[in-house]
Amino acid sequence: MPRATVEHDDSPSIRGARLSARDRAGLAALRLVNGASRRSGRGQGTVAGGRVALRIAPRLLERLAYDLELALVSGTNGKTTTTACLTAAMSTRGPVATNDTGSNMLPGHVAALGNSTARVAVLECDEVWLSRAIPLERPGAVVVLNLSRDQLDRTSEVRHVARSWHAALASLEGTCVANADDPLVVSAAVHAPNVAWFAGGLEFREDASACPRCMARLHFDDDGGWHCECGLARPDPDAFLRDGTAVVDGTQVPFKITLPGAFNEGNGLAALLAAVRLGVDADAAAAAICSVTDVAGRFSELDVDGSRARLLLAKNPAGWSALLRLLADDDAPIVVAINARVADGFDPSWLYDVEFDRLAGRRVVATGERWRDLSTRLFYAGVEHTTETDPRRAIAVAGGAGRRVDVIANYTAFAALHGAR
Amino acid sequence: MLRVVTVYPDLLGTYGDRGNGIVLQRRAALRGIESAHDEATSDERLPVADIYCIGGGEDGPQQLAVERLEQDGTLKERAADGAVVLAVCAGLQVLGRSFAVSDGTRAGGLGLFELDTVASAQPRAVGEVVVDGAAGYLPLTGFENHAGRTVRDEALAPLGRVISGVGNGDGTDGALVGRLVGTYLHGPVLARNPLLADWLLALALDAGELAPIDDDPSRGLHDERLGVARRAR
Ligand SMILES: [Zn+2]
Repeated sequence: MPRATVEHDDSPSIRGARLSARDRAGLAALRLVNGASRRSGRGQGTVAGGRVALRIAPRLLERLAYDLELALVSGTNGKTTTTACLTAAMSTRGPVATNDTGSNMLPGHVAALGNSTARVAVLECDEVWLSRAIPLERPGAVVVLNLSRDQLDRTSEVRHVARSWHAALASLEGTCVANADDPLVVSAAVHAPNVAWFAGGLEFREDASACPRCMARLHFDDDGGWHCECGLARPDPDAFLRDGTAVVDGTQVPFKITLPGAFNEGNGLAALLAAVRLGVDADAAAAAICSVTDVAGRFSELDVDGSRARLLLAKNPAGWSALLRLLADDDAPIVVAINARVADGFDPSWLYDVEFDRLAGRRVVATGERWRDLSTRLFYAGVEHTTETDPRRAIAVAGGAGRRVDVIANYTAFAALHGAR
Repeated sequence: MLRVVTVYPDLLGTYGDRGNGIVLQRRAALRGIESAHDEATSDERLPVADIYCIGGGEDGPQQLAVERLEQDGTLKERAADGAVVLAVCAGLQVLGRSFAVSDGTRAGGLGLFELDTVASAQPRAVGEVVVDGAAGYLPLTGFENHAGRTVRDEALAPLGRVISGVGNGDGTDGALVGRLVGTYLHGPVLARNPLLADWLLALALDAGELAPIDDDPSRGLHDERLGVARRAR
């Protein structure tokens, strides 16, 4: 596939790509809208600015991405954390442009690139938009983490997303960095001309019990291996974890990440492998990734009337499964907060895909705008609990005399608590 | 021993559908009725049960489920012998005569319901639904997410009337014949509708009305969702 045609006029260039008058107008609009919305205090405004810019200059994203060393990070869970880790690793060599959480579609990408002069970019990409982003941005690396059910009332079903990835990855010029443990990811990534596999784990098997290629039942071994009679099988990973180290392309590097949970080790490993394939020194990349702590408020702490609450974000069954496992060895009281706004998905049916039984015996308080759905779910899971309509009150009640409380919340419930700090 | 089986969660379990089996088993157990809930995957023989719950799924898995259920034979046999079947969303279509597939073709169903599901130019039906007069008298609340529209033969009764939402697409929702119950209210519909759950349990147990359950939060959930949907109209 030839590089996008670039108009050769006398316009100023951004990183080698010459911008047309139209592109420059788009860029000016981007900066104007973003500046205005920042000044008015209505958030970063990155999405609004990006949308306006793309309307004025539809090819602006291609132009901005031209000649950049660019990596995309996609998947149902772990995008934001992995993007932060890969950004940290790439930053060991110089400035990196990246998008803030929530602007992970094309307008957010335009905003991130248009507001930066860095020659390296690491962008989080919504899984449904990945197939559109790849041909426009021509990334040097695409990290695909996992694929499972998430907000089915507004996004496509997972097998449909996997098929769209297959088509886009087949023409990828860069390296596809893919999770060998997730059959849906593998079914798409095997079509990429250049793949590097990492052993990222699989938190949720429900969407991968039938083979994505032939729909026969997949066989899973106890050690994480899997295969199907049709020949689809777990590829040998190029990167995996072993006794507190990461092995990347046969070389062992120290790897003890600060972020909690096995799923975050997988995210960090994905970032490490991507960084190494993009030419970063493995030791430097590993050190940078291991120093990443709070990512967009995840695992940050909130103080409510003397109770210390650790904020945990879970958006879908796979995310919940990972967090419930993380909390299994703990005995802190737990506040669970569920909303069902547009960003959460309007349909909380997924509550029945989460093994809330794991919370039995713990002190549990159910809250959030959909506390009745949650309370009903906990009732059927046999988990004794109390309810509070107000999440902050729930934390105070759960914490009692200043105990540490773990709060698991879905997207807007999390954002409300994090924003209130 | 009351046996509840969730049919093929590996193929038809997209929207927390296992919730219906969980709800039925728990509501039986809370009344001291000996009961078990099993999830039967498509690579095993379907166990003999008193209540079968069939959920939703994508086109491909839905067709495969029909194929496996035809080969297996247990579901049809048990349905003829008086087992209770709750079929939601794609499950409803699976029990019908035929359904539309997204590539434009049609696929056969099990033919337990005299209905066909056809492609529609209308937008996908996504959102809250209220159904009234289900099984004669129950108001139901639920969520739907489906593309097809379902056409019943005149002799086949719907489950109820649609007050808000789409359902079958003709002002009715689902189908009801004997002990076979179909609805577009998808996923864990019984979690939001404890009276429907108890109605199914009573059918399976050949019991009259069942005693209410103490401190049952799902009653409050049912009333809240009905209230929200009514205010939105
Ligand atoms: Zn296969």
